[in-house]
Amino acid sequence: MTATLENPTSLSDVDAAVTLSGVRKVFGHGPAGVVALDGVDLTVAPGEFVCLLGASGCGKSTLLNLVAGLDAPTSGRIELTTSRPAVMFQEAALMPWLTAARNVELPLRLAGVKRGARREKASELLSLVRLVDAGHKRPHELSGGMRQRVALARALASTLGSAEEGTPGLLLMDEPFAALDAITRDVLQAELVRVWRETSTAIVFVTHDVREAVRLGQRVVLLSSRPGRVVREWSTVDCDEPAVIDEITTHLREVISGHAAA
Amino acid sequence: MPQLDTDLSAVGAGLDALDAPSQEQRPSLRKRFLRTAVPPLIAFALLLGAWQALWALAFWPEYQLPSPGSVWAAVVEAVETGRAFEVLWTSVSRAVLGFLTAVVIATPLGLLIAKVRVVRAAIGSLLTGLQSLPSVAWVPAGILWFGATPSTIYFVVLMGSVPSIANGLVSGVDQIPPLLPRVGQALGAGRLAAARHILLPAALPGYLAGLKQGWAFSWRSLMAAEIIATSPQLGEGLGQYLHNGSALNDISMVIAAIFLILLVGVGIELLVFRPLERAVLRARGLTGAL
Repeated sequence: MTATLENPTSLSDVDAAVTLSGVRKVFGHGPAGVVALDGVDLTVAPGEFVCLLGASGCGKSTLLNLVAGLDAPTSGRIELTTSRPAVMFQEAALMPWLTAARNVELPLRLAGVKRGARREKASELLSLVRLVDAGHKRPHELSGGMRQRVALARALASTLGSAEEGTPGLLLMDEPFAALDAITRDVLQAELVRVWRETSTAIVFVTHDVREAVRLGQRVVLLSSRPGRVVREWSTVDCDEPAVIDEITTHLREVISGHAAA
Repeated sequence: MPQLDTDLSAVGAGLDALDAPSQEQRPSLRKRFLRTAVPPLIAFALLLGAWQALWALAFWPEYQLPSPGSVWAAVVEAVETGRAFEVLWTSVSRAVLGFLTAVVIATPLGLLIAKVRVVRAAIGSLLTGLQSLPSVAWVPAGILWFGATPSTIYFVVLMGSVPSIANGLVSGVDQIPPLLPRVGQALGAGRLAAARHILLPAALPGYLAGLKQGWAFSWRSLMAAEIIATSPQLGEGLGQYLHNGSALNDISMVIAAIFLILLVGVGIELLVFRPLERAVLRARGLTGAL
Protein backbone atom coordinates (compact mmCIF):
# COMPACT_ATOMS: atom_id res chain seq x y z
CA MET A 1 0.00 0.00 0.00
CA THR A 2 0.96 3.62 -0.02
CA ALA A 3 3.87 4.43 2.17
CA THR A 4 4.36 8.10 2.78
CA LEU A 5 7.66 9.23 4.17
CA GLU A 6 6.97 11.91 6.72
CA ASN A 7 10.59 12.81 7.22
CA PRO A 8 12.34 13.55 3.93
CA THR A 9 15.85 13.16 5.36
CA SER A 10 15.26 9.87 7.10
CA LEU A 11 18.11 8.20 5.22
CA SER A 12 21.41 8.49 6.99
CA ASP A 13 23.84 11.06 5.59
CA VAL A 14 26.71 8.62 5.40
CA ASP A 15 24.83 6.44 2.99
CA ALA A 16 23.92 9.17 0.50
CA ALA A 17 24.90 9.83 -3.08
CA VAL A 18 23.54 13.37 -2.96
CA THR A 19 22.58 15.46 0.04
CA LEU A 20 20.88 18.82 -0.35
CA SER A 21 20.34 20.83 2.80
CA GLY A 22 18.49 24.13 2.90
CA VAL A 23 19.19 24.84 -0.75
CA ARG A 24 17.91 28.21 -1.90
CA LYS A 25 18.28 29.74 -5.32
CA VAL A 26 17.34 33.30 -6.22
CA PHE A 27 17.60 34.64 -9.76
CA GLY A 28 18.27 38.35 -9.93
CA HIS A 29 18.87 40.72 -7.03
CA GLY A 30 16.85 42.72 -4.52
CA PRO A 31 13.06 42.95 -4.68
CA ALA A 32 13.02 42.01 -8.39
CA GLY A 33 14.72 38.68 -7.60
CA VAL A 34 12.77 35.51 -8.27
CA VAL A 35 13.02 32.77 -5.65
CA ALA A 36 13.23 29.57 -7.67
CA LEU A 37 14.02 27.20 -4.81
CA ASP A 38 13.64 27.71 -1.10
CA GLY A 39 14.78 25.45 1.70
CA VAL A 40 15.04 22.27 -0.32
CA ASP A 41 16.22 19.26 1.68
CA LEU A 42 16.70 16.07 -0.28
CA THR A 43 18.80 12.96 0.08
CA VAL A 44 19.37 10.42 -2.65
CA ALA A 45 20.86 7.08 -1.66
CA PRO A 46 23.50 5.43 -3.88
CA GLY A 47 21.78 3.50 -6.63
CA GLU A 48 18.40 5.00 -5.81
CA PHE A 49 15.93 6.10 -8.51
CA VAL A 50 14.21 9.32 -7.41
CA CYS A 51 11.65 11.19 -9.48
CA LEU A 52 11.18 14.92 -8.96
CA LEU A 53 7.64 15.86 -9.86
CA GLY A 54 6.13 19.29 -10.20
CA ALA A 55 4.28 21.73 -12.42
CA SER A 56 6.01 24.36 -14.52
CA GLY A 57 8.00 26.86 -12.52
CA CYS A 58 8.72 24.55 -9.62
CA GLY A 59 12.42 24.84 -10.19
CA LYS A 60 12.93 21.18 -11.13
CA SER A 61 15.43 22.03 -13.82
CA THR A 62 17.11 24.62 -11.59
CA LEU A 63 17.54 21.97 -8.92
CA LEU A 64 19.08 19.61 -11.43
CA ASN A 65 21.47 22.29 -12.69
CA LEU A 66 22.59 22.96 -9.13
CA VAL A 67 23.30 19.29 -8.48
CA ALA A 68 25.10 19.05 -11.82
CA GLY A 69 27.29 21.98 -10.83
CA LEU A 70 26.19 24.01 -13.85
CA ASP A 71 24.94 26.68 -11.47
CA ALA A 72 25.64 27.59 -7.83
CA PRO A 73 23.01 27.80 -5.06
CA THR A 74 22.37 31.18 -3.41
CA SER A 75 22.56 29.48 -0.04
CA GLY A 76 22.46 25.97 1.39
CA ARG A 77 24.71 23.01 0.77
CA ILE A 78 24.94 20.31 -1.87
CA GLU A 79 27.18 17.34 -1.19
CA LEU A 80 27.99 14.62 -3.66
CA THR A 81 29.75 11.37 -2.88
CA THR A 82 29.54 10.16 -6.46
CA SER A 83 31.69 10.68 -9.50
CA ARG A 84 30.89 13.60 -11.78
CA PRO A 85 27.12 13.70 -12.22
CA ALA A 86 25.95 13.12 -15.77
CA VAL A 87 23.12 15.17 -17.22
CA MET A 88 20.58 14.24 -19.83
CA PHE A 89 18.35 16.92 -21.31
CA GLN A 90 15.00 16.90 -23.05
CA GLU A 91 16.84 17.06 -26.34
CA ALA A 92 19.53 14.51 -27.04
CA ALA A 93 21.94 17.36 -27.89
CA LEU A 94 24.38 15.04 -29.61
CA MET A 95 27.27 16.71 -31.39
CA PRO A 96 26.06 16.65 -35.01
CA TRP A 97 29.59 16.30 -36.42
CA LEU A 98 30.40 13.14 -34.45
CA THR A 99 29.17 9.61 -35.00
CA ALA A 100 27.12 7.94 -32.26
CA ALA A 101 30.20 6.10 -30.97
CA ARG A 102 32.32 9.26 -30.96
CA ASN A 103 29.58 11.09 -29.08
CA VAL A 104 29.72 8.42 -26.38
CA GLU A 105 33.50 8.70 -26.36
CA LEU A 106 33.47 12.48 -25.98
CA PRO A 107 33.26 12.65 -22.15
CA LEU A 108 35.99 10.00 -21.90
CA ARG A 109 38.12 12.02 -24.27
CA LEU A 110 37.58 15.13 -22.17
CA ALA A 111 38.62 13.11 -19.13
CA GLY A 112 41.83 12.10 -20.87
CA VAL A 113 41.07 8.40 -21.32
CA LYS A 114 43.34 6.68 -23.87
CA ARG A 115 41.92 5.86 -27.27
CA GLY A 116 41.81 2.08 -26.92
CA ALA A 117 40.09 2.16 -23.54
CA ARG A 118 37.77 4.82 -24.86
CA ARG A 119 36.66 2.72 -27.83
CA GLU A 120 36.11 -0.30 -25.64
CA LYS A 121 34.05 1.56 -23.06
CA ALA A 122 31.98 3.29 -25.75
CA SER A 123 31.06 0.07 -27.50
CA GLU A 124 30.24 -1.49 -24.12
CA LEU A 125 27.87 1.36 -23.35
CA LEU A 126 26.36 1.33 -26.83
CA SER A 127 25.54 -2.32 -26.47
CA LEU A 128 24.02 -1.53 -23.09
CA VAL A 129 21.52 0.73 -24.85
CA ARG A 130 21.21 -1.78 -27.74
CA LEU A 131 22.80 0.43 -30.34
CA VAL A 132 26.00 -1.46 -31.01
CA ASP A 133 25.26 -1.59 -34.74
CA ALA A 134 24.53 2.12 -34.99
CA GLY A 135 27.87 3.31 -33.63
CA HIS A 136 29.10 4.53 -37.02
CA LYS A 137 25.95 6.54 -37.75
CA ARG A 138 25.63 10.29 -37.41
CA PRO A 139 22.90 11.81 -35.24
CA HIS A 140 20.83 12.87 -38.26
CA GLU A 141 20.69 9.26 -39.40
CA LEU A 142 19.09 8.12 -36.12
CA SER A 143 15.50 8.32 -34.90
CA GLY A 144 14.57 10.45 -31.90
CA GLY A 145 14.46 7.44 -29.58
CA MET A 146 17.84 6.18 -30.80
CA ARG A 147 19.37 9.63 -30.30
CA GLN A 148 18.07 9.74 -26.75
CA ARG A 149 19.63 6.30 -26.12
CA VAL A 150 22.97 7.53 -27.47
CA ALA A 151 22.60 10.50 -25.11
CA LEU A 152 21.97 8.03 -22.27
CA ALA A 153 25.09 6.07 -23.16
CA ARG A 154 27.08 9.32 -23.34
CA ALA A 155 25.73 10.42 -19.95
CA LEU A 156 26.67 7.05 -18.47
CA ALA A 157 30.12 7.39 -19.99
CA SER A 158 30.59 10.73 -18.30
CA THR A 159 29.57 9.44 -14.88
CA LEU A 160 30.93 5.88 -14.97
CA GLY A 161 33.69 5.93 -17.53
CA SER A 162 35.69 8.86 -16.28
CA ALA A 163 35.65 7.89 -12.63
CA GLU A 164 37.80 5.33 -10.87
CA GLU A 165 36.26 1.91 -10.61
CA GLY A 166 33.90 1.53 -7.70
CA THR A 167 32.76 5.14 -7.41
CA PRO A 168 28.99 5.15 -7.68
CA GLY A 169 27.52 7.10 -10.57
CA LEU A 170 24.83 9.75 -10.57
CA LEU A 171 22.59 10.41 -13.50
CA LEU A 172 20.49 13.58 -13.66
CA MET A 173 17.69 13.52 -16.20
CA ASP A 174 15.68 16.57 -17.16
CA GLU A 175 12.45 15.35 -18.79
CA PRO A 176 14.47 13.23 -21.19
CA PHE A 177 11.49 11.55 -22.84
CA ALA A 178 9.12 14.51 -23.02
CA ALA A 179 9.76 15.15 -26.71
CA LEU A 180 9.26 11.54 -27.82
CA ASP A 181 6.13 9.86 -29.14
CA ALA A 182 4.15 7.68 -26.74
CA ILE A 183 5.32 4.28 -28.06
CA THR A 184 8.97 5.25 -28.05
CA ARG A 185 8.64 6.79 -24.61
CA ASP A 186 7.12 3.58 -23.28
CA VAL A 187 9.99 1.48 -24.65
CA LEU A 188 12.64 3.91 -23.44
CA GLN A 189 11.18 4.00 -19.92
CA ALA A 190 11.55 0.24 -19.74
CA GLU A 191 15.05 0.47 -21.21
CA LEU A 192 16.03 3.06 -18.63
CA VAL A 193 14.85 0.83 -15.77
CA ARG A 194 16.83 -2.06 -17.25
CA VAL A 195 19.98 0.07 -17.62
CA TRP A 196 19.55 1.41 -14.10
CA ARG A 197 19.34 -2.16 -12.72
CA GLU A 198 22.45 -3.20 -14.66
CA THR A 199 24.60 -0.20 -13.73
CA SER A 200 23.35 0.54 -10.19
CA THR A 201 23.67 4.26 -10.88
CA ALA A 202 21.68 6.67 -8.76
CA ILE A 203 19.16 8.54 -10.90
CA VAL A 204 17.38 11.82 -10.27
CA PHE A 205 14.66 12.06 -12.87
CA VAL A 206 12.70 15.27 -13.41
CA THR A 207 9.25 15.03 -14.95
CA HIS A 208 5.80 16.57 -14.88
CA ASP A 209 4.14 13.28 -15.78
CA VAL A 210 2.76 11.55 -12.67
CA ARG A 211 2.47 8.13 -14.36
CA GLU A 212 6.04 8.30 -15.58
CA ALA A 213 7.26 9.28 -12.11
CA VAL A 214 5.41 6.44 -10.38
CA ARG A 215 6.36 3.87 -13.00
CA LEU A 216 10.08 4.68 -12.95
CA GLY A 217 10.99 5.92 -9.49
CA GLN A 218 11.46 4.13 -6.21
CA ARG A 219 10.54 7.39 -4.60
CA VAL A 220 8.51 10.32 -5.96
CA VAL A 221 9.21 13.79 -4.59
CA LEU A 222 6.55 16.42 -5.20
CA LEU A 223 7.78 20.01 -5.46
CA SER A 224 5.66 23.12 -5.06
CA SER A 225 5.96 26.00 -7.51
CA ARG A 226 7.40 29.49 -7.04
CA PRO A 227 9.31 28.97 -4.89
CA GLY A 228 10.06 25.30 -5.27
CA ARG A 229 9.88 23.39 -2.01
CA VAL A 230 9.57 19.72 -1.23
CA VAL A 231 5.87 19.21 -0.50
CA ARG A 232 5.71 15.50 0.08
CA GLU A 233 7.33 12.20 -0.85
CA TRP A 234 5.95 8.81 -1.73
CA SER A 235 7.72 5.52 -1.82
CA THR A 236 6.55 3.61 -4.87
CA VAL A 237 8.26 0.30 -4.17
CA ASP A 238 5.64 -2.48 -4.08
CA CYS A 239 2.84 0.04 -4.01
CA ASP A 240 -0.61 -0.01 -5.53
CA GLU A 241 0.27 2.02 -8.61
CA PRO A 242 -3.15 3.36 -9.65
CA ALA A 243 -3.92 4.44 -6.08
CA VAL A 244 -0.60 6.25 -5.68
CA ILE A 245 -1.01 7.91 -9.08
CA ASP A 246 -4.44 9.18 -8.03
CA GLU A 247 -3.14 10.43 -4.73
CA ILE A 248 -0.15 12.23 -6.23
CA THR A 249 -2.30 13.72 -8.99
CA THR A 250 -4.68 15.10 -6.37
CA HIS A 251 -1.79 16.67 -4.50
CA LEU A 252 -0.25 18.08 -7.67
CA ARG A 253 -3.59 19.67 -8.58
CA GLU A 254 -3.85 21.19 -5.11
CA VAL A 255 -0.39 22.68 -5.47
CA ILE A 256 -1.24 24.12 -8.88
CA SER A 257 -4.66 25.50 -7.93
CA GLY A 258 -3.04 27.23 -4.95
CA HIS A 259 -1.50 29.58 -7.53
CA ALA A 260 -4.84 30.58 -9.04
CA ALA A 261 -5.88 32.34 -5.83
CA ALA A 262 -2.62 34.19 -5.42
CA MET B 1 10.49 -11.58 -16.44
CA PRO B 2 12.74 -12.67 -19.28
CA GLN B 3 9.81 -13.14 -21.66
CA LEU B 4 8.83 -9.48 -21.31
CA ASP B 5 12.42 -8.43 -21.75
CA THR B 6 12.87 -10.16 -25.11
CA ASP B 7 9.56 -8.70 -26.23
CA LEU B 8 10.79 -5.28 -25.30
CA SER B 9 14.03 -5.59 -27.20
CA ALA B 10 12.09 -6.77 -30.25
CA VAL B 11 9.75 -3.79 -29.97
CA GLY B 12 12.74 -1.49 -29.57
CA ALA B 13 14.46 -2.96 -32.63
CA GLY B 14 11.21 -2.63 -34.61
CA LEU B 15 10.89 1.01 -33.61
CA ASP B 16 14.49 1.67 -34.60
CA ALA B 17 13.86 0.16 -38.02
CA LEU B 18 10.64 2.10 -38.51
CA ASP B 19 11.75 5.45 -37.15
CA ALA B 20 15.29 5.76 -38.44
CA PRO B 21 15.38 8.20 -41.35
CA SER B 22 15.79 6.30 -44.61
CA GLN B 23 19.11 6.71 -46.33
CA GLU B 24 19.06 8.66 -49.53
CA GLN B 25 20.68 6.93 -52.44
CA ARG B 26 23.44 8.98 -54.00
CA PRO B 27 22.87 9.30 -57.71
CA SER B 28 25.32 7.56 -60.04
CA LEU B 29 28.54 9.26 -61.13
CA ARG B 30 27.22 9.83 -64.64
CA LYS B 31 24.02 11.41 -63.38
CA ARG B 32 25.95 13.66 -61.02
CA PHE B 33 28.24 14.72 -63.86
CA LEU B 34 25.24 15.50 -66.06
CA ARG B 35 23.63 17.48 -63.27
CA THR B 36 26.62 19.52 -62.12
CA ALA B 37 29.05 19.85 -65.03
CA VAL B 38 26.80 20.18 -68.06
CA PRO B 39 24.82 23.36 -67.14
CA PRO B 40 27.93 25.54 -66.57
CA LEU B 41 29.53 24.17 -69.76
CA ILE B 42 26.44 25.11 -71.76
CA ALA B 43 26.40 28.57 -70.17
CA PHE B 44 30.06 29.03 -71.05
CA ALA B 45 29.48 27.92 -74.64
CA LEU B 46 26.56 30.36 -75.00
CA LEU B 47 28.73 33.17 -73.65
CA LEU B 48 31.49 32.34 -76.15
CA GLY B 49 28.94 32.24 -78.97
CA ALA B 50 27.56 35.66 -78.03
CA TRP B 51 31.06 37.07 -77.81
CA GLN B 52 32.02 35.65 -81.21
CA ALA B 53 28.80 37.04 -82.73
CA LEU B 54 29.39 40.52 -81.26
CA TRP B 55 32.95 40.50 -82.53
CA ALA B 56 31.78 39.38 -86.00
CA LEU B 57 29.27 42.26 -86.10
CA ALA B 58 32.25 44.61 -85.59
CA PHE B 59 30.38 47.10 -83.42
CA TRP B 60 33.56 47.93 -81.59
CA PRO B 61 37.07 48.26 -83.00
CA GLU B 62 39.39 45.27 -82.65
CA TYR B 63 41.54 46.98 -79.99
CA GLN B 64 38.49 47.17 -77.70
CA LEU B 65 36.82 43.84 -78.39
CA PRO B 66 39.20 41.10 -79.49
CA SER B 67 37.93 37.84 -80.96
CA PRO B 68 37.77 34.81 -78.66
CA GLY B 69 40.36 33.27 -80.95
CA SER B 70 42.96 35.99 -80.43
CA VAL B 71 42.49 35.87 -76.64
CA TRP B 72 42.92 32.09 -76.80
CA ALA B 73 46.07 32.64 -78.86
CA ALA B 74 47.41 35.00 -76.17
CA VAL B 75 46.72 32.38 -73.51
CA VAL B 76 48.34 29.64 -75.59
CA GLU B 77 51.37 31.84 -76.23
CA ALA B 78 51.75 32.57 -72.52
CA VAL B 79 51.45 28.88 -71.75
CA GLU B 80 53.90 27.83 -74.46
CA THR B 81 56.59 30.28 -73.39
CA GLY B 82 56.12 29.15 -69.80
CA ARG B 83 55.26 32.71 -68.81
CA ALA B 84 51.77 31.72 -67.73
CA PHE B 85 53.08 29.22 -65.18
CA GLU B 86 55.62 31.66 -63.78
CA VAL B 87 52.99 34.37 -63.45
CA LEU B 88 50.43 31.98 -61.98
CA TRP B 89 52.94 30.50 -59.56
CA THR B 90 54.05 33.93 -58.34
CA SER B 91 50.50 35.04 -57.69
CA VAL B 92 49.02 31.80 -56.39
CA SER B 93 51.91 31.17 -54.01
CA ARG B 94 51.57 34.72 -52.68
CA ALA B 95 47.81 34.34 -52.26
CA VAL B 96 48.11 30.97 -50.54
CA LEU B 97 50.85 32.15 -48.18
CA GLY B 98 48.93 35.34 -47.41
CA PHE B 99 45.72 33.38 -46.90
CA LEU B 100 47.35 30.87 -44.54
CA THR B 101 48.89 33.69 -42.51
CA ALA B 102 45.47 35.33 -42.37
CA VAL B 103 43.96 32.07 -41.07
CA VAL B 104 46.57 31.91 -38.32
CA ILE B 105 45.89 35.50 -37.29
CA ALA B 106 42.11 35.54 -37.76
CA THR B 107 41.21 32.31 -35.95
CA PRO B 108 42.31 33.31 -32.43
CA LEU B 109 41.10 36.85 -33.15
CA GLY B 110 37.66 35.58 -34.13
CA LEU B 111 37.44 33.33 -31.05
CA LEU B 112 38.38 36.27 -28.82
CA ILE B 113 35.76 38.52 -30.38
CA ALA B 114 33.11 35.81 -30.19
CA LYS B 115 33.75 34.81 -26.59
CA VAL B 116 35.08 37.92 -24.79
CA ARG B 117 32.43 40.58 -24.47
CA VAL B 118 34.83 43.51 -24.01
CA VAL B 119 36.80 42.58 -27.11
CA ARG B 120 33.62 42.29 -29.15
CA ALA B 121 32.38 45.67 -27.94
CA ALA B 122 35.77 47.22 -28.65
CA ILE B 123 36.66 45.93 -32.11
CA GLY B 124 33.67 43.93 -33.37
CA SER B 125 32.17 46.72 -35.47
CA LEU B 126 35.61 47.91 -36.58
CA LEU B 127 36.26 44.47 -38.04
CA THR B 128 32.93 44.45 -39.87
CA GLY B 129 33.76 47.94 -41.15
CA LEU B 130 37.17 46.79 -42.39
CA GLN B 131 35.40 44.08 -44.34
CA SER B 132 33.58 46.67 -46.42
CA LEU B 133 36.71 48.77 -46.95
CA PRO B 134 38.14 47.97 -50.39
CA SER B 135 41.61 46.63 -49.76
CA VAL B 136 42.94 48.68 -52.71
CA ALA B 137 42.69 51.58 -50.31
CA TRP B 138 45.58 50.08 -48.34
CA VAL B 139 47.94 49.95 -51.33
CA PRO B 140 49.11 53.59 -51.21
CA ALA B 141 49.62 53.39 -47.44
CA GLY B 142 51.44 50.07 -47.84
CA ILE B 143 53.79 51.53 -50.46
CA LEU B 144 54.61 54.49 -48.19
CA TRP B 145 55.24 52.18 -45.22
CA PHE B 146 56.99 49.23 -46.83
CA GLY B 147 57.98 50.50 -50.28
CA ALA B 148 57.23 48.48 -53.42
CA THR B 149 58.21 45.21 -51.74
CA PRO B 150 56.45 41.91 -51.15
CA SER B 151 55.66 43.20 -47.64
CA THR B 152 53.23 45.69 -49.15
CA ILE B 153 51.51 42.94 -51.08
CA TYR B 154 51.18 40.67 -48.05
CA PHE B 155 49.99 43.60 -45.95
CA VAL B 156 47.19 44.33 -48.41
CA VAL B 157 46.24 40.64 -48.66
CA LEU B 158 46.04 40.35 -44.85
CA MET B 159 43.96 43.50 -44.50
CA GLY B 160 41.57 42.02 -47.05
CA SER B 161 41.18 38.51 -45.71
CA VAL B 162 41.63 38.66 -41.92
CA PRO B 163 38.32 40.50 -41.29
CA SER B 164 36.36 38.03 -43.45
CA ILE B 165 37.78 34.96 -41.76
CA ALA B 166 37.41 36.37 -38.24
CA ASN B 167 33.86 37.54 -38.96
CA GLY B 168 32.94 34.14 -40.38
CA LEU B 169 34.18 32.45 -37.23
CA VAL B 170 32.28 34.94 -35.04
CA SER B 171 29.00 34.30 -36.85
CA GLY B 172 29.71 30.56 -36.76
CA VAL B 173 30.15 30.71 -32.98
CA ASP B 174 27.08 32.92 -32.59
CA GLN B 175 24.95 30.36 -34.39
CA ILE B 176 25.88 27.42 -32.14
CA PRO B 177 22.75 26.11 -30.37
CA PRO B 178 23.23 27.18 -26.71
CA LEU B 179 22.52 23.65 -25.52
CA LEU B 180 25.76 22.26 -26.99
CA PRO B 181 28.18 24.29 -24.82
CA ARG B 182 26.03 23.46 -21.81
CA VAL B 183 26.28 19.77 -22.64
CA GLY B 184 30.02 20.20 -22.99
CA GLN B 185 30.17 21.76 -19.53
CA ALA B 186 28.06 18.95 -18.11
CA LEU B 187 30.40 16.41 -19.70
CA GLY B 188 33.33 18.04 -17.96
CA ALA B 189 34.92 20.26 -20.63
CA GLY B 190 37.07 23.12 -19.36
CA ARG B 191 37.35 26.39 -21.29
CA LEU B 192 40.13 25.25 -23.60
CA ALA B 193 38.75 21.74 -24.10
CA ALA B 194 35.33 23.25 -24.84
CA ALA B 195 36.87 25.50 -27.51
CA ARG B 196 38.76 22.60 -29.06
CA HIS B 197 36.09 19.87 -28.89
CA ILE B 198 32.84 21.80 -29.00
CA LEU B 199 33.03 25.45 -30.07
CA LEU B 200 35.32 25.07 -33.07
CA PRO B 201 33.70 21.98 -34.58
CA ALA B 202 30.22 23.38 -33.92
CA ALA B 203 31.17 26.66 -35.58
CA LEU B 204 32.83 24.89 -38.53
CA PRO B 205 30.14 25.59 -41.16
CA GLY B 206 30.25 29.34 -40.44
CA TYR B 207 34.03 29.27 -40.16
CA LEU B 208 34.29 27.52 -43.51
CA ALA B 209 32.05 30.14 -45.12
CA GLY B 210 34.40 32.75 -43.64
CA LEU B 211 37.44 30.92 -45.01
CA LYS B 212 35.87 30.79 -48.45
CA GLN B 213 35.17 34.48 -48.39
CA GLY B 214 38.59 35.13 -46.90
CA TRP B 215 40.21 33.33 -49.83
CA ALA B 216 38.16 35.36 -52.31
CA PHE B 217 39.20 38.54 -50.54
CA SER B 218 42.87 37.64 -50.41
CA TRP B 219 42.87 36.78 -54.12
CA ARG B 220 41.10 40.02 -54.95
CA SER B 221 43.35 42.12 -52.71
CA LEU B 222 46.40 40.45 -54.19
CA MET B 223 45.29 41.36 -57.72
CA ALA B 224 44.62 44.96 -56.67
CA ALA B 225 48.03 45.20 -55.03
CA GLU B 226 49.83 43.62 -57.99
CA ILE B 227 48.13 45.87 -60.53
CA ILE B 228 48.95 49.06 -58.64
CA ALA B 229 52.30 48.23 -57.07
CA THR B 230 54.65 47.21 -59.86
CA SER B 231 58.40 47.13 -59.53
CA PRO B 232 61.21 44.84 -60.68
CA GLN B 233 61.62 43.82 -57.04
CA LEU B 234 58.16 42.29 -57.03
CA GLY B 235 58.57 39.97 -60.00
CA GLU B 236 55.70 39.38 -62.37
CA GLY B 237 52.41 38.11 -60.97
CA LEU B 238 49.05 37.96 -62.71
CA GLY B 239 48.32 41.54 -61.72
CA GLN B 240 51.54 42.83 -63.30
CA TYR B 241 50.84 40.72 -66.39
CA LEU B 242 47.47 42.46 -66.66
CA HIS B 243 49.08 45.83 -66.03
CA ASN B 244 51.65 45.16 -68.76
CA GLY B 245 48.91 44.18 -71.21
CA SER B 246 47.20 47.46 -70.53
CA ALA B 247 50.47 49.38 -70.93
CA LEU B 248 51.06 47.67 -74.29
CA ASN B 249 47.49 48.41 -75.42
CA ASP B 250 47.15 44.68 -75.99
CA ILE B 251 43.49 43.93 -75.30
CA SER B 252 43.94 40.18 -75.97
CA MET B 253 46.56 40.02 -73.25
CA VAL B 254 44.33 41.97 -70.86
CA ILE B 255 41.37 39.65 -71.43
CA ALA B 256 43.67 36.62 -71.19
CA ALA B 257 44.91 37.90 -67.80
CA ILE B 258 41.35 38.40 -66.57
CA PHE B 259 40.54 34.90 -67.80
CA LEU B 260 43.48 33.47 -65.84
CA ILE B 261 42.51 35.41 -62.68
CA LEU B 262 38.98 34.05 -62.96
CA LEU B 263 40.29 30.55 -63.66
CA VAL B 264 42.28 30.51 -60.41
CA GLY B 265 39.30 31.83 -58.45
CA VAL B 266 36.91 29.23 -59.84
CA GLY B 267 39.52 26.47 -59.67
CA ILE B 268 40.29 26.95 -55.97
CA GLU B 269 36.59 27.19 -55.19
CA LEU B 270 35.82 23.97 -57.07
CA LEU B 271 38.88 21.98 -56.00
CA VAL B 272 39.26 23.06 -52.38
CA PHE B 273 36.30 24.82 -50.83
CA ARG B 274 33.35 23.12 -52.53
CA PRO B 275 34.42 19.55 -51.59
CA LEU B 276 35.33 20.66 -48.04
CA GLU B 277 32.01 22.39 -47.56
CA ARG B 278 30.13 19.40 -48.97
CA ALA B 279 31.91 16.96 -46.69
CA VAL B 280 31.25 19.10 -43.61
CA LEU B 281 27.59 19.76 -44.38
CA ARG B 282 26.85 16.20 -45.47
CA ALA B 283 28.35 14.80 -42.25
CA ARG B 284 25.86 16.94 -40.32
CA GLY B 285 22.89 16.02 -42.46
CA LEU B 286 22.64 19.54 -43.91
CA THR B 287 22.20 18.43 -47.51
CA GLY B 288 19.56 20.96 -48.50
CA ALA B 289 21.95 23.27 -50.35
CA LEU B 290 23.89 20.55 -52.17
